[in-house]
Amino acid sequence: MADFEKILFKNIDFPDQDKIDIYIKNGGYNALRKALDSMSPESVTEEVIKSGLRGRGGAGFPTGRKWTFLPKDSKRPVYLTVNADESEPGTFKDRELIEKDPHLVIEGTLLAAYAIKCGQAYIYIRGEFAFGARQLNKAIEEARAKGFLGKNILGKGVDIEIIVHRGGGAYICGEETALLTSLEGNQGYPRVKPPFPAISGLYSAPTIINNVETLSNIPYIINKGAEKFSAFGTAKSPGTKIFCLSGHINKPGNYELPMGIPLRELLYEYGGGIKDGRNLKAVIPGGSSVPLLTADKVDVRMDFESLAEAGTMLGSAGVIVIDETVCMVRAAYNLARFYQHESCGQCTPCRQGTYWILAILERIERGRGSLKDLDKLLEICENIEGNTICPLGDAATPSVKSTIHHFRDEYEYHITEQKCKVSMGPRFE
Amino acid sequence: MGTTVNKLLSEKSIKELNRLKGLYPVRKSVVLMVLHVIYDQFGYIQPEALKEAAGIMEIPLIDFHQAASFYTMFPREAVGKYHIQVCRTLSCELRGSQELVAFLKEKLEIDMGGITSDSMFSLTEVECLGSCGTAPMMQINDTYYENLTRARVEQILDDLRSKSGNG
Ligand SMILES: Cc1cc2nc3c(=O)[nH]c(=O)nc-3n(C[C@H](O)[C@H](O)[C@H](O)COP(=O)(O)O)c2cc1C
Ligand code: FES
Repeated sequence: MADFEKILFKNIDFPDQDKIDIYIKNGGYNALRKALDSMSPESVTEEVIKSGLRGRGGAGFPTGRKWTFLPKDSKRPVYLTVNADESEPGTFKDRELIEKDPHLVIEGTLLAAYAIKCGQAYIYIRGEFAFGARQLNKAIEEARAKGFLGKNILGKGVDIEIIVHRGGGAYICGEETALLTSLEGNQGYPRVKPPFPAISGLYSAPTIINNVETLSNIPYIINKGAEKFSAFGTAKSPGTKIFCLSGHINKPGNYELPMGIPLRELLYEYGGGIKDGRNLKAVIPGGSSVPLLTADKVDVRMDFESLAEAGTMLGSAGVIVIDETVCMVRAAYNLARFYQHESCGQCTPCRQGTYWILAILERIERGRGSLKDLDKLLEICENIEGNTICPLGDAATPSVKSTIHHFRDEYEYHITEQKCKVSMGPRFE
Repeated sequence: MGTTVNKLLSEKSIKELNRLKGLYPVRKSVVLMVLHVIYDQFGYIQPEALKEAAGIMEIPLIDFHQAASFYTMFPREAVGKYHIQVCRTLSCELRGSQELVAFLKEKLEIDMGGITSDSMFSLTEVECLGSCGTAPMMQINDTYYENLTRARVEQILDDLRSKSGNG
């Protein structure tokens, strides 16, 4: 098993870790104290750049570098928006951090705000996470009472406020520009980039958007230094990562492991193997928006570069495990229904494309498809890709294309025999 | 505006609205948070209460209607006292969400989208709730119920029924 130190989940199951006294006892808020005592905002940013930390929201953009895109000496306030929308199917890591170790999220947010000279941060949390929102609000009030948050933090003349803003159940609002539109009180439609949020974001002011897990790494980086952090993982994907295991796996759940861990180790050593001793058929390694890997690819390493080489993506690291009994047409249909439901409708290729993908898959599912439908599906995918304002359209096509590519025989069987080639059987106990 | 007589909003809701007032640099930002206040009190976007809230917040009602039509988590009409939302997305389907839905329909004797005759329960399907590692799962009002089995679902329904004193 991998030899490493936990950065994010070190205290996740410690009793009462969500209470500030326990969080402090376990070393909490030392990083904030250290930064305010002895580091300039620029040197915090410098340390994060040196660590090589990359965004955990899906795109993997270097975090420290993103911060340097802010205009120097902006006359407008600078905003920090923490992306806690967590809606990518297969992903449930930010929720665990927020619910069980909310002060870690708050401390990471405060450090990032200090680094970018932001006085007002927002945590945009998906509306359904009612308990998570309560946990964050409680943590904020506890931190304020101890002088870690609010006016004149630790007597150092730094003011930072955090507001927990609840979303309304729209996947699209996890996309950073839609998140900002939503936070402004509007329907959550994505905006055209450029201008990038760092130049013109929330209320047209310079804005940084970072994922919950991304920011939860910052206290460790400030406490222990960039080198300690980048000692874990790979050269280009440093640090640890929370992998979310779901589907047909014996021990589903979140696992913090070094970047670059082999998928096989993740599934069989940590996840306890495929449920009920069945055979593995496919794995979607980075949330529902990335191409699947077939069972013979389980030796791939779980980091940004290795997964790209294997033709897929690390994405949000939502690892969905699919066993041999699953009909891949049904799986594709299930995800097509999700994307059709969640397309905001702003761009025609995405709105109509997701509609037709779902309609055709439904037809095949019902045994009324034709072999020509497969080429039609691929053509629709091509029409969506690259032709939309935000990447939701591009996120809707990999499940369709990769199931057709690897399991064309199942589609053909479905069309000619009018039924599934395999059947999952009862799974609800 | 200031002359509105408040009839529907509870004291708790009004207190929360007052906390929210002036919290954001741009007033309109508060729209979703106000919808949450209405939803928390009524379980859906009660139109008269929304009108009251819009008056208190001094924000045009249309801004709330536009938001409510876009954000799917707020029912626009009354739902059951206990509103059951079953996740139907892939990880949950792989762990039996379709059978869970069938079981709930049978137990409650309603269809998808229906309300029981005593208005106690309503049933819908939703997309991924960020609980895929504890599938299958459902949300009832504010609360997540995870790692569901037939026995657990029966227990949950019984507990909710007896909590309302309807045996
Ligand atoms: C359709 C769509 C949904 C997204 N959902 C999320 C989300 O739920 N959480 C998240 O952190 N990032 C999400 N993202 C990525 C964000 O746009 C953005 O890249 C990220 O929040 C940046 O933070 P990071 O650099 O720390 O990763 C989504 C992107 C798209 C296109
Ligand atoms: S798929 Fe059901 S909670 Fe994510």
